[in-house]
Amino acid sequence: MAQVFHPSTNTLSKVSIFGGVFFVLGALWLVDELNRSPYVTQAGVVRAQPVAFGHKHHVAGLGIDCRYCHTSVEEAAFAGIPSTKTCMTCHSQIWTEAPMLEPVREAFRSDASIAWTRVHDLPDFAYFDHSIHLAKGVGCSTCHGPVDQMPLAWREHSLNMEWCIECHREPERFVRPPSEVFNMDYEPAQPQSELGPALVRELHIKGRTNCSACHR
Amino acid sequence: MSGPKSPHAEGGTPVIGPGHSLASVTDQISKIVLTRKTPMGWFIGLGVAMLGVGLLISAIGWLLWWGTGVWGLNQPVGWGFAIINFVWWIGIGHAGTLISAILLLLKQEWRTSINRFAEAMTLFAVMCAGVFPLLHVGRPWLAYWLLPYPNTMGMWPQFRSPLLWDVFAVSTYATVSALFWYVGLIPDLATLRDRAKSLVWKRIYGALALGWRGAARHWERYETAYGLLAGLATPLVVSVHTVVSFDFAVSVIPGWHATIMPPYFVAGAIFSGFAMVLTLAIPIRRIYGLEDFITMKHLDNMAKVILATGMIVCYGYAMEAFFAWYSGSPYERYMMANRMFGPYGWSYWALITCNLLVPQLLWSARVRSSVAALFAIAIVVNVGMWLERFVIVVTSLHRDYLPSSWGMYYPTVWDWALYLGTIGLFFFLLFLFIRFLPMISIFEMRTLVPATGEEPPKKGLHIASAGASSGASAGEARRP
Repeated sequence: MAQVFHPSTNTLSKVSIFGGVFFVLGALWLVDELNRSPYVTQAGVVRAQPVAFGHKHHVAGLGIDCRYCHTSVEEAAFAGIPSTKTCMTCHSQIWTEAPMLEPVREAFRSDASIAWTRVHDLPDFAYFDHSIHLAKGVGCSTCHGPVDQMPLAWREHSLNMEWCIECHREPERFVRPPSEVFNMDYEPAQPQSELGPALVRELHIKGRTNCSACHR
Repeated sequence: MSGPKSPHAEGGTPVIGPGHSLASVTDQISKIVLTRKTPMGWFIGLGVAMLGVGLLISAIGWLLWWGTGVWGLNQPVGWGFAIINFVWWIGIGHAGTLISAILLLLKQEWRTSINRFAEAMTLFAVMCAGVFPLLHVGRPWLAYWLLPYPNTMGMWPQFRSPLLWDVFAVSTYATVSALFWYVGLIPDLATLRDRAKSLVWKRIYGALALGWRGAARHWERYETAYGLLAGLATPLVVSVHTVVSFDFAVSVIPGWHATIMPPYFVAGAIFSGFAMVLTLAIPIRRIYGLEDFITMKHLDNMAKVILATGMIVCYGYAMEAFFAWYSGSPYERYMMANRMFGPYGWSYWALITCNLLVPQLLWSARVRSSVAALFAIAIVVNVGMWLERFVIVVTSLHRDYLPSSWGMYYPTVWDWALYLGTIGLFFFLLFLFIRFLPMISIFEMRTLVPATGEEPPKKGLHIASAGASSGASAGEARRP
């Protein structure tokens, strides 16, 4: 009787049986890595905008406060995207002829909105409120990163739930005095291991981790 | 048969028909698979089962398109058919492991001819069972959230929920059952490889046989592996349905929150599992002429197991009623009264008829020796066990503590379509199995062949003797 299999089948079967395990584990690991990569989360990816607005220039260069443009950040859930009029408070006086700013002037003339590309967009099933985070000492840069160093804005963090909940579980690792929340160069004056728990007590910070805190 | 030398003549009824040799056993079982002519009935059966699979696919498609609203679920009855059918199928899936593992360890030789297809039945039943909770989660494409893996949500699943324990219990059970079944198949796959005529089938069976040559070392390792798997599977027989019963017992719903649930569920599972084995074995032995291998002794033993486990189940019913009264809790008492005389009272009395009254017929040896009666009783028990889950799920949920939240549950046509669809899937897989794999373990059956002058009498654990006798030639035992 002729052999059913070539002798190489022995090697092939051993490789496929043992290799299969590593292949499956490797594939799962790859999916996990991909899922956390900037390709999916957009963290660290510079976003193109209709007008090349530079936070670095306006914040670090000119010293404009966050709240000059993001007016509702202390009172409302939404920080606020400035209206074209906010831009024009300065740009009706300076750089009035700059070609770079033509879309701004055009929007002002036609009373249309500039279609900014949103950089931080949470899914609709997650409720988020800027005002409470500021009131409890979460600084702008804690979530948004060094915005004053961003020529064009990018998302500093993944906005994955594991990132949110890291702070909600241990707020003492991240909070600062509420007076310092807009400080882009903030460094804790005393060790965070002492300051954090004190702030949590003082400000009654409850890092809420029940589902309905965010998924209302 | 039963010559005085035969070691298998317990009580006179044989576990294998007379006149068989090692070769005839191998021939008769393997020819079902290797035959060139498939019986017409097989095609008809497969066709009907495929209609069921079509129904299943339609029901799932409709459900995914419209959502769980197409089912009859509502508040307060949020579980309905999905859980009833899940528990029913999982219960049916218990006979396989019981027969394979526990009866193996107890050296019950009569298990040999029914273990293979009971294990296959177990696997298929677990597959059918899995369909229901998977769809019941509402978004089956996110069902992997049930597994603890390092996810981007920074969350673990709720380890305190019995619904999660279910995931582990059922997936472990499915894995071990599949391994057990496959490992047990390997020597027979080698036999099929050696006997197949076409190169394609030689290759297919050969690849599945994993290079089995029947060497003494192969048999030694096989025995070790099979024994270990039997040891692993044994606690699973008890644990899986215990965990399923926790879905109910860990809640605070009247009628569910009871310590009787785990043993009562396990007994019910074995009860329904054996009923399903009988339901399948009786027509199969008839159609394929396997009366010599699945003898009246087997049917009789299975009937006795059904009777015994049925009595445990009925003890469970009695205790449920007793506890409801003895607890003094108005909610428990009302639950029992509602179960018996409420709007679903018909289902309770049908259940009592099917599971308590009808199986009492099995006390009679005459009934146990009538194939038709056994078949009918097995069907009745299958229906009864489905009704049991219906009663448990629906009557407890539809009227709980607050009368203002009472309601009624009516399954829709899509509930029924999905249920019938899984039955179609079950038989579809079963038809494929009996056509392409040996439905009875050939090498284990060979060990039951009574000793002749040429064969040394075999004693002790039969796997060992199979190893010894098969060591001589490749996939097959030594032919006399």
